[in-house]
Amino acid sequence: MKSEPTTEGGLRVEEIRARLAGKQGPAYWRSLDELARTDEFAEMVHKEFPQMLPVEGATTSRRRFLQLMGASLALAGLNACSIQPEERILPYTKQPEEIVPGKPLYYATAHPHGAFGRGMLVESHMGRPTKIEGNPDHGSSLGATDLFDQASILDLYDPDRAQTPEYLGNLRSWENFAESIRTQLEAQRGLRGQGLRIVMESTTSPTIRRLLGQLREDFPQCDVVTFDAAGHDAAARAARRAFGAPTHVHYDLAAADVVVTLDHDLLTEGPGAVRYARDFADGRRVVEDESRMNRLYAVESSPTSTGSLADHRLRLSPGRVERFAVALAAELGVDGVTASTDDDLRTWVRNVARDLQANRGRSLVTAGEHTPEDLQVLCHAINGALGNLGRTIRLTEAVIDDDRPSTENLRRFVDDLERGAVDVVFFLGGNPVFDAPADLDLTAAIQRAELRIRVSSFVDETANVCQWQIPASHYLESWGDIRAHDGSAMVVQPLIRPLYQSKSYSQVLALILGDAGASDLALVQETWRAAAEGDFDRQWRRWLHDGGIAGGAAASILRSVDTAAVREAAGEVGASRGMAVVFRPDPTIGDGRWANNAWLQECPKPHTRITWDNAALMSPRTAEALDVSNEEMIRITAGDRSLEIAAWILPGHADDTITVHLGYGRERAGRIGNGCGFDATALRSSDAWWRVDGVEVEPLGQRYRLASTQTHHNMEDRYLVRHGTIEQIRSGHHFHDPTHGIKVDKSLMPGHEYDGYKWGMVVDLSTCTGCNACVVACHSENNIAIVGKEEVLNGRELHWMRIDRYFEGDLDQPATYLQPVMCQHCEQAPCEVVCPVAATVHSEEGINTMAYNRCVGTRYCGNNCPYKVRRFNFYQYADQDTESLKLGRNPDVTVRHRGVMEKCTYCIQRTNQAKIEAKVNDMPLSETGLQSACQQACPTEAIQFGDLNDPDTRVSKWKESDLDYGILTELGTRPRTTYLRRVSNPNPELARS
Amino acid sequence: MANAPMTEGDDRHQLTAPIVGPGHTPASVTDKIATVVTAETPKWWFLGAAAAFGLLSIFLLSVGVLFWKGVGIWGINNPVYWGFAIINFVWWIGIGHAGTLISAILLLLRQNWRNSINRFAEAMTIFAVACAGMFPLLHLGRPYRFYYLLPHPNTFELWPQFRSPLIWDVFAVTTYALVSILFWYVGLIPDLATLRDRAKNRFAAFVYGILAAGWRGSTRHWHQYEVASMLLAGLATPLVVSVHTVVSFDFATSQLPGWHTTIFPPYFVAGAVFAGFAMVITLALPLRWLFGLQDFITDTHMDLMGKVMLATGLIVVYGYAIEIFVGWYSGSPYERYMLINRMSGPYMWSYIALWVCNFAAVQFLWSKRIRSNMLALFVISMFVNVGMWLERFVIVVTSLHRDFMPSSWGMYQGTIWDWATFVGTIGLFLSLMFLFIRFLPMISIFEMRMILPEASKAKKGS
Repeated sequence: MKSEPTTEGGLRVEEIRARLAGKQGPAYWRSLDELARTDEFAEMVHKEFPQMLPVEGATTSRRRFLQLMGASLALAGLNACSIQPEERILPYTKQPEEIVPGKPLYYATAHPHGAFGRGMLVESHMGRPTKIEGNPDHGSSLGATDLFDQASILDLYDPDRAQTPEYLGNLRSWENFAESIRTQLEAQRGLRGQGLRIVMESTTSPTIRRLLGQLREDFPQCDVVTFDAAGHDAAARAARRAFGAPTHVHYDLAAADVVVTLDHDLLTEGPGAVRYARDFADGRRVVEDESRMNRLYAVESSPTSTGSLADHRLRLSPGRVERFAVALAAELGVDGVTASTDDDLRTWVRNVARDLQANRGRSLVTAGEHTPEDLQVLCHAINGALGNLGRTIRLTEAVIDDDRPSTENLRRFVDDLERGAVDVVFFLGGNPVFDAPADLDLTAAIQRAELRIRVSSFVDETANVCQWQIPASHYLESWGDIRAHDGSAMVVQPLIRPLYQSKSYSQVLALILGDAGASDLALVQETWRAAAEGDFDRQWRRWLHDGGIAGGAAASILRSVDTAAVREAAGEVGASRGMAVVFRPDPTIGDGRWANNAWLQECPKPHTRITWDNAALMSPRTAEALDVSNEEMIRITAGDRSLEIAAWILPGHADDTITVHLGYGRERAGRIGNGCGFDATALRSSDAWWRVDGVEVEPLGQRYRLASTQTHHNMEDRYLVRHGTIEQIRSGHHFHDPTHGIKVDKSLMPGHEYDGYKWGMVVDLSTCTGCNACVVACHSENNIAIVGKEEVLNGRELHWMRIDRYFEGDLDQPATYLQPVMCQHCEQAPCEVVCPVAATVHSEEGINTMAYNRCVGTRYCGNNCPYKVRRFNFYQYADQDTESLKLGRNPDVTVRHRGVMEKCTYCIQRTNQAKIEAKVNDMPLSETGLQSACQQACPTEAIQFGDLNDPDTRVSKWKESDLDYGILTELGTRPRTTYLRRVSNPNPELARS
Repeated sequence: MANAPMTEGDDRHQLTAPIVGPGHTPASVTDKIATVVTAETPKWWFLGAAAAFGLLSIFLLSVGVLFWKGVGIWGINNPVYWGFAIINFVWWIGIGHAGTLISAILLLLRQNWRNSINRFAEAMTIFAVACAGMFPLLHLGRPYRFYYLLPHPNTFELWPQFRSPLIWDVFAVTTYALVSILFWYVGLIPDLATLRDRAKNRFAAFVYGILAAGWRGSTRHWHQYEVASMLLAGLATPLVVSVHTVVSFDFATSQLPGWHTTIFPPYFVAGAVFAGFAMVITLALPLRWLFGLQDFITDTHMDLMGKVMLATGLIVVYGYAIEIFVGWYSGSPYERYMLINRMSGPYMWSYIALWVCNFAAVQFLWSKRIRSNMLALFVISMFVNVGMWLERFVIVVTSLHRDFMPSSWGMYQGTIWDWATFVGTIGLFLSLMFLFIRFLPMISIFEMRMILPEASKAKKGS
């Protein structure tokens, strides 16, 4: 679709006119099409009619495109003649293969998130990607996703995206850009790249790394500054030190029976989390296999999702987590480690060590990537001593080039800038101006560079200091490749042509290398041509279909732990003083890259249930000591840096420690993310990147309202989450059903008969990590609107499913229980009888359905629903105006209007599709692969949905289990959605003490 | 009823104090009451009406904003899906009840003292029902689809869902409004004829004449009038009980702790009468003072209404007590939590205020001295007005805000638009009231003539 760039970037209307002059009839239209697709023409349109920009950009349909271009041409040709453009419809003269209107297609791709990616399968309706699913055939996903994967589709359609190349705010074209920087690039080539800098995030993408390799040849003096706000460099360094060579580490939780996490959210954070969570859950799905249940110990300062699922959780300040690790290493007899154990930790250390010893080769000790390098080295040493290397820990050759600390890289860059040694800077991705440590004044220094180019999806803080803004393509609209957590390579396959004038990072690198017109497809194919066996094209098609590159997998290697490094590391850890602040990527908006993603902003954070903000999380005891009340503004001072932030008291947090999540406080994120939360980077410096000790905290007295979706933490003796232990199960314990002695299944009336299908759902609380993937998947599948912080404060969020969190026991060290709650589809639904207009009725398959068109909005059903799963459109929440958002909606689900009630439908659009498919193809429903959106997204398979009339479905089998229970059944509602009791596997020795 | 033989003893027995001031003749009664309508408009009326119309315009504004933006402008949320709209609906409906009780039940029971207050009590009923009737429409998420609630032929071939108490409400309230209007209008006909005859300009004579429907006061007219009003009284009587019973079903048939209670129907009806009499007192006292009608609405009336208020108030308090008892006796953890939460939770203030208004304040009415102190009576009636509003607040909000799932518990508070709508309906009510007292006889002239001492003498003579 690209024409040859003309030598001078200008537009020649005369030329177009001349070209048009000779054409008539059908040829006329075809040539218009051709003309309209030249970039010069698009640029002219932008200059002449900037108001058309978003509309043009947001539209992909051929018809609309032509309409607009036709209009523009007419206007350009006729000079301000205001005749309405004629509408013409161009049908497909040849129906493309595969496309059947109304039937989605699925394509394999990979979602690059930070340095690593995950294999995805993306649903596409008539050429528009609408829903992200995991790729069941790829080891990084096995069909599941995390919440970021799910939400990434919204970024594609974000109306705030950068859309056109801009120079100092004026619209330009890519050719224009290439032309205007050419002289500078030529000059740099002559200087061997002395004044050229490329600032980017670390990546495992083989194509990008190949292009960077070429760049180093062409511009040997050029410095590629790798900078991540929350990267993997510490983990990479730790692995290099421990194993003596650059090594990439990943885990095999399927082989682990005892897992100890040290300040590590193993199951929900990081590139491997989805796979780890699946493997971990497979090891404790008691409902299917009572004989095997793994055990998880979590030692952590800041509560994590992993910790909430742990059989034993110990909260320690970060310095003491390190001392725990040393003590554990010493207890296990790791070479080179001797230490005395703190008195209060002795029982823990002894019991954990004994358990690990008993499970040599089947155990795993991990530390978070943001913990000190030394602690991570120590963990490798412990795993080495336990014989876990090669079993529960897999090593491969390093997949990241640069494991130098990000802050050091950035300091070098700032120094260069201040020396005046930098002429041309490319900022590819990331957002260094926002993320830079507080002690580096990047914003001021950057002005010393003569030419500053920003390549990013959003016009963000970094773009603000650059002259050029080049829009970066979304991964669903450009070719690329990336490696998964286990080192295997995947193709990133686009599903749609770029919506805007965007380019991929590889195209920008190619431009620097001198090829302004490179296609990203060619660049990726170039990388992999050599890896193909036999015919490349065939092989390539296979790769695209599968999503993975066969030859790209990284081979496992064996390395042993370097004792000297361990001795050194053990000597370093454990020092801390005073109150510590630890920084963590935010559980829903990461390091800030998702700040403009409304689904993620409104997704309640695990544990705190806060939306739209971050907060200073602290334990009740610390809050008491500091005399801070909940939601009170505090000033945290570390040296000459300070941060004012709202406090949130979180039971289960370690004392003398404050957790502050990164990514908030952005000023140029977009309409969604601007002004949300507090900017943690104000406290973050290069020497205290993940943790700053000895801070002063001063309560300020003002209150800042945080929008938490759950304000009551106690279950009030309501048996909502029920639990038991594996020992009870094995000893044949019969769990009693505490329904207050009320017999619920007695009724004078005959029940419904279900001859066909009978839908039902079970949620396994033993494996739910509360990762929120299901919540965001539900958003995406069901076109659920967001309501904003104010409306969340008003209690009007629209989540069809929520994850309830209850604390039980001690205020300081409570047990945390998570419970996903969606419509329970009651057999005797209280909502149905009270609706005056029959807008919510029982289907013959047992689903409690909603007829939006019939609903008048009395909200009586919402009152009468004991589970409070009904959601009401108090205002017109769904955005009905923004063109680009319309493209991303699921065409199978109604977009709700103001004044109607909505709720979970068990993804009725999917069940209906599956029913039709089963009927048309005359096959059993089980073979259609029907899954609800939440079930499909769930990394741990904790949600099971299906036909209860089929005794072979997992859901039917689970319902038979003694662990199965319904909530509030004493009301006689007979819910369709039931839960499996949360089973834990406590260490008897430790539990006793 | 005119034929009923009466003795002097009966008179003494029925009325220990006069219900009409001394020295009145049928002519003076007619003069006195009709003059209120035919005389020059007093200055205070303009002031009062201006204030009332001011409040009414607040109502129009808030309804305008409501339709433009949606029910989100109110404080409702998940879990408290109902708020001021339903509270106000029940409150207004309750107020209406006194009018029907006075005009229908007291008519059937031949309580002649009602003759001087029934007219404006009935007017109050209609205006209160008008205010009440607004809320179920306004509180809909999609008010333009209100007709889905009515059984009407449609291409969906769908009826309303008859199991829903809200549909019962639709029938109960529309019936109630219809019967009340008919009853009121029929009762007005003889007086409209009086006004027609006394009208000072042709336009007024024309309008009153149309409304009087050709009334000439013949014996036949009187006979048919008597039959019609007895029939309508008979129709209206069950409505006194049924309307608020049905309204209470909105709550009683649901699942929620604090709503799911069998005591609700009688307790709601008693509460309605209680609230209605309080409102009658609230309106009657200033009116009789302003128009100098002490001779017709006497202290005896006030005393009697005070007694009714005390009696119904005690029934209401009995309801509160039974609620507490049953909450405890049920053994249901949800009921118990609901009660404890009402008494000690975040809305404790409303529950305490409820007891102060509806229990403590009313106990003063045991004293004859208080009942004959008009200021005290007025203050107590205001307490009851507030208290009955609070009662509905307590029922609606404290039950909803913490029900079954602690994870979903929340708080509720009315926004400025909630208050504006509420105050606005008071404006609507007052505006209608001001128009009523200006253009229609607020006391039934012919019925007043019937209770003059001469009337009973005449009866004796015959």
